[in-house]
Amino acid sequence: MDSLRYKAAIVGASETTELGSIPDKTAFQLHVDASVNAINDCGIDKNEIDGIATTMSPAALAHYLGIVPKWIDNTQVGGTSFLVHVRHAAAAIASGLCETVLVAMAESGRNRVGEQTGRIGDVATMSGGRRDSSFPGQFESIYGVAGPTTQFGMGVLRYMKETGLTHEQLASVPVAQRKWANKVPRAMYGDIITIEDVFNSRMICYPFHLLECCLVTDGGGALIITSAERAKDFSTKPAYIMGTGESVESPIVSQMYDLTTSAAFKTSSKKAFEEAGVTHDDVDHLMVYDAFAHLPIYGLEDLGFVKRGEAGSFIEEGNTSPGGTLPMNTNGGGLSYTHSGMYGMYAIQESVRQVRGEAAHQVDGVKTSFCQGVGGMFMAAGSLVFTNEEPHR
Amino acid sequence: MSSGYNKPIPVPTPESDVFWEKAKQHELWIQRCLNCDKPFFYPRMNCPDCLSDNLEWFKTSGLATLYSYMINHRPVPGFEEDAPYAIAIVQLDEGPRMMTNIVGIENTPENLILDMKLKVVFDDINDEIAIPKWKPA
Repeated sequence: MDSLRYKAAIVGASETTELGSIPDKTAFQLHVDASVNAINDCGIDKNEIDGIATTMSPAALAHYLGIVPKWIDNTQVGGTSFLVHVRHAAAAIASGLCETVLVAMAESGRNRVGEQTGRIGDVATMSGGRRDSSFPGQFESIYGVAGPTTQFGMGVLRYMKETGLTHEQLASVPVAQRKWANKVPRAMYGDIITIEDVFNSRMICYPFHLLECCLVTDGGGALIITSAERAKDFSTKPAYIMGTGESVESPIVSQMYDLTTSAAFKTSSKKAFEEAGVTHDDVDHLMVYDAFAHLPIYGLEDLGFVKRGEAGSFIEEGNTSPGGTLPMNTNGGGLSYTHSGMYGMYAIQESVRQVRGEAAHQVDGVKTSFCQGVGGMFMAAGSLVFTNEEPHR
Repeated sequence: MSSGYNKPIPVPTPESDVFWEKAKQHELWIQRCLNCDKPFFYPRMNCPDCLSDNLEWFKTSGLATLYSYMINHRPVPGFEEDAPYAIAIVQLDEGPRMMTNIVGIENTPENLILDMKLKVVFDDINDEIAIPKWKPA
């Protein structure tokens, strides 16, 4: 096995029936809802699923669905975990460990129904006077951090100083993505916004205003992955997996090697491009996990789509907006579509919809989609390249 | 110092106890590798560059520059009276970076200029722990 190129495909892909605020379902029920939807999407007999990947208990999900799998993956590296699951699943399928994998993700991020542990940054988990010998507990929590909102963007002012990125350009990220969300019925927010609207929204953590921070929602998604060979047996259009990558950097944001660039993004995406054998010009559609407005900026540069310092103007000038040369975050992203906490699954879902030609705000002629995930605060990364082109014989 | 200290309290471990013991004496100590001579932070058993365990603790100059920061408008419990407060990364003159708070100056974008010079100070939160913070030098 030389690479994972064209070894496997996503044949079933679906999100939870509802998205946004779902007060009557636990996080676990949402896993099941998404899984059943993905199974029905491709019409597979659930007994043909012999692999399960999830950040929750694989046993709980397998047992609930009446499956005794041959292969499991419980990798939990934050919101990019599901991109990593897809990569591991493709490798498992390619090497014969199993034939068909269910990847499932769901969270009750907004209503917190049945969530067993606090989300990173939950106030409840940071009660005053708490004594903590953990690594972040000794060297970050003591300074009043409150989860991703107060940590993820820690390098942005430095990035601005080094590259000349402006506050207007940072604000242009949610503005551009809202243009996509405007035609996506399932997006939580779809009204067109302006730079002024962003500046006038409440300051959350300077330099980030409310509209530069992701939503907090309930929801999930699931995928059915099988061999590229077998993918033809399904009625759905296969999203062939062309390239994959993964990496990790620092467990705490203050110890990143350089806070103006993600070493994990670079390592993961480079591997995915090499494996896929595609160039940046071949990419018709791009998803970059956007928990905060700076992530697409870091992503465009660390993935190599633009040169250092060019991402802000690239977005501001409309290149990633509808009609632009590089359509990005076409569901509206975590900033407008949905974000239950671990957004990576939704990014994959949109990539699959786009290569299938079934997206709400479809880009014309998409063949190749690049999907970039992040986990933690630049802690981890995962990359996937999809195509709808049949493998050449 | 207050018995009603309501912010998270660090608990030293075998790796970090020198750091916190020296902080209690209002000195900022970090480690250096005696094999490749590079200073580093956070406390570790092995050099992050060469994995040597031939390390030493040394007293830093207590000088740094402001590398980057955010200003939090939604305080966590214990920080209500501080908000809006900066959570900053400083770069020690010796090289390594660490997270901190900036004191002795109102935490506004106008006041907090990247690369401004800073000097370490210590906040005695109880009899055992002093937390390093930084003020304009």
